[in-house]
Amino acid sequence: MEHTLKSQAHVADRPRPVKNYINNDPGIWSWMTTVDHKRIGVMYLVGVLSAFLIGGIFALLVRLTLMTPNHMLFGKVLMTAETYNRVFTLHGAIMVFLFIIPSVPAALGNFVLPLMLGAKDVAFPRLNLASFYLWVIGAIMAVMSMIFGAVDTGWTFYTPYSTSTSGTVTLMTMAVFVLGFSSIFTGINFVATVHKLRAPGMGWFEMPLFVWGIYSTAIIQVLATPLLGITLVLLALERVFNIGIFDPKIGGDPVLFQHFFWFYSHPAVYIMILPGMAIISELIPTFSRKTMFGYRAVAYSSVSLALLSFIVWGHHMFVAGQSQLATVIFSALTFLVAIPSGVKMFNWLGTMYKGNISLETPMLYAISFLLLFAIGGLTGIFLGTLSTDVHLTDTYFVVAHFHYVMMGGTVIAFIGGLHYWWPKMTGRMYTEKWAAIGCALVFWGFNQTFLTQFFLGSKGMPRRYYNYLDQFQPLHAFSTYGSWILGAGLFLTAINLLASLRKPYDAPDNPWGGTTLEWQTSSPPITHNFEDQPVLERAPYDYRPEVVSH
Amino acid sequence: MLPPQGSAYAGEVDTVYMALFWLSVFLFLGIAVPAIYFAWRYRYKPGRVTPHQTHNTLLEIIWSVIPLLLCIGIFFWGLDGWMKYAVAPGEAMEIQVVAKKWLWQFEYPDGSRTVGEVHVPVNKPVRFVMTSEDVLHDFFVPDMRVKHDIIPGRYTQVWFTPTVLGTHHVTCAEYCGKGHSDMQAKLVVENEADYQKFVETGGTEWEDYKMKPAEWGKLQWERKGCSTCHTIDGTRIASGGPSWKGIWGKMEKLNNGQEVLVNADYVRESMMQPSAKVVAGFEPIMPTFQGLLREHEIQGLMAFIKSLGNDPNGGPPAPTVLSLPPKPVDQKK
Repeated sequence: MEHTLKSQAHVADRPRPVKNYINNDPGIWSWMTTVDHKRIGVMYLVGVLSAFLIGGIFALLVRLTLMTPNHMLFGKVLMTAETYNRVFTLHGAIMVFLFIIPSVPAALGNFVLPLMLGAKDVAFPRLNLASFYLWVIGAIMAVMSMIFGAVDTGWTFYTPYSTSTSGTVTLMTMAVFVLGFSSIFTGINFVATVHKLRAPGMGWFEMPLFVWGIYSTAIIQVLATPLLGITLVLLALERVFNIGIFDPKIGGDPVLFQHFFWFYSHPAVYIMILPGMAIISELIPTFSRKTMFGYRAVAYSSVSLALLSFIVWGHHMFVAGQSQLATVIFSALTFLVAIPSGVKMFNWLGTMYKGNISLETPMLYAISFLLLFAIGGLTGIFLGTLSTDVHLTDTYFVVAHFHYVMMGGTVIAFIGGLHYWWPKMTGRMYTEKWAAIGCALVFWGFNQTFLTQFFLGSKGMPRRYYNYLDQFQPLHAFSTYGSWILGAGLFLTAINLLASLRKPYDAPDNPWGGTTLEWQTSSPPITHNFEDQPVLERAPYDYRPEVVSH
Repeated sequence: MLPPQGSAYAGEVDTVYMALFWLSVFLFLGIAVPAIYFAWRYRYKPGRVTPHQTHNTLLEIIWSVIPLLLCIGIFFWGLDGWMKYAVAPGEAMEIQVVAKKWLWQFEYPDGSRTVGEVHVPVNKPVRFVMTSEDVLHDFFVPDMRVKHDIIPGRYTQVWFTPTVLGTHHVTCAEYCGKGHSDMQAKLVVENEADYQKFVETGGTEWEDYKMKPAEWGKLQWERKGCSTCHTIDGTRIASGGPSWKGIWGKMEKLNNGQEVLVNADYVRESMMQPSAKVVAGFEPIMPTFQGLLREHEIQGLMAFIKSLGNDPNGGPPAPTVLSLPPKPVDQKK
């Protein structure tokens, strides 16, 4: 275990406590009724990873259907247009609402945030459990809408298609409504926790950057999610009682729905990406063993992204029929998003400069994130620019762009964070070699799948297409082959992590030489997190030797 | 990387696109090269002490202000091109577009109409005034680099000045259900004389009329969009209607339990009021072709359907194609 040794050369382990949060009162009932943020985090983790698996299988099916223009596989048509529309809808809805939105905040955040603050738990432990069960109820409703019918609206539920199509759209929108409340409760909880439960000595600018990111996210969750809720309620009312809100046939306005939808769903993009950035802000200083460069700039950029996220929703609607003046203003505002994103990027690079960088798996994911998120961000410029957006919007260019941000950004950061905190959460080290190979496969497969789609989109291939012109076939096939490599990489990663659970506890308290408080307790932590109330003695990411040896 | 350019405007968009492309390549390398270089150059060595650099205000200002200036420049460049897209010249010819699940219908200034195919004269600005009969659609012409959503109950517009003769592609870019990806149309850019002839004859070369009625009808099956839903080989299209093979003269079961003889009257009624008598096992999803088919086109289609019958000589008689439009006067040479 060379990597462990070199990283923790300066960390002296205490004897591992016999009782920890996992084996203290094990039974299933004690887990289901727990108010321990660590257990809730683990249950969320199991939930969101299951959703990731289902959403991923749907994604592979979509790619398989598009591999050939006649959708044949072994001499049979894989799926009809109706089935295809349902499958891509479920892929999108599951990935956004059941996986990505809760992935980092609710699963990793729940586990790590109180530990990082030196707290015993979140501010409202019971509310935390309630939000988990709301997630479960929402997930069950979403699964039921798949079993008892189908939804073929796309994850965006655009009207009047969504108010006129058959199927279980109402049930699905109510599922998303319930999931929204799960998200709001988590947000409220985290805001209160960050304000009230910081360890003695921890001022706002001694908080780890992960906390800053999750805090900014929580603010958006609390402010924006209610709007999604009310919009979906209006949609359901229109479907059930024929109230004319969005359907022009009964006096509504379909573009109004898009405004409502994106007024939530654009901030939701930041609910998804800010936690990813927050993880990267932990990984880079830790594995560079160097003081975080521009700590305040990175913290402020999280907050400014959260605020900007509320005033750029119209850039999803440049050709949707909003007023032309609005289009111009939204384009101008959209460019502002580039500034804080760039600031984060440059400060991460500044942190690596003259560092002492070891390339364990979490750092490999962090560097993957830098490259993939750079592509995701830069292609966003094409879409924010008015004249090029008109050609590129609603094509595969957009599909590729948001996959680079959501998957290349958030999901890559999530998996990196999972590897980073895995020893803390489970008390076990995974096999470094297989984790690194998994990361390489994911990076390769992801780029082959989605870089290809920028070219498809530029050539004019519209999104959500079952049939396509023959000229697009080679690129579609190439993209599909990439999805298999991506799938194989994720599968390998999952097996490697799960295999580590068969071993006895072997993780040291601080395998990576981290400076934040979660590394000062045992791996896995005891039920009450810390033996004594920790007091912050050094700022996070302070790697000066005189401070470390102190 | 981009589709062929069908207009001067397309060239302007492509200039911006290519500039952004190379800028992105440059900036990507500006991030990727340091990231990988630092990971190698400053790779882990036990005991190495890293400098305590907390921040550098000047650097923060530099890497905020330079991207900001760059972004302001790009915004105005994009705005400049977009203004041309957004404002159609007053003299532009108007074509009315009606989009519905899942076909395109075009109406020309003289009132003639086509389905699934639109002809425009070269080098003249043309404006499409669009509305939808059901859900959202989107008029996307990749070669012209233009696109706009089509909204039921409202009118939106797209315009361009085509400069390249030949056929371009119109494709629906806003998700509209199971036939979304089949919602295609041909955009034919032709010179003024050919365009005038097209409008007069309804898109039919005069030579077509020399064809036998069934052959002429087959051409209509392809041109008017019938082939999107009705096969002629007995197979069934998943979201479509009955195949035409062998139906002429047949007693068809309807979804209300009654039966109907497939003859000229039934076929005509099915084109004009498609939901009046729906064959059992099919959904009433066909749009009406009232006003979209000329009399001789309907008759040609009937002759074609009859020719696909089990017994082309049996069954009720199909009308013969009689009402040819007047032969255009000014033929090319």
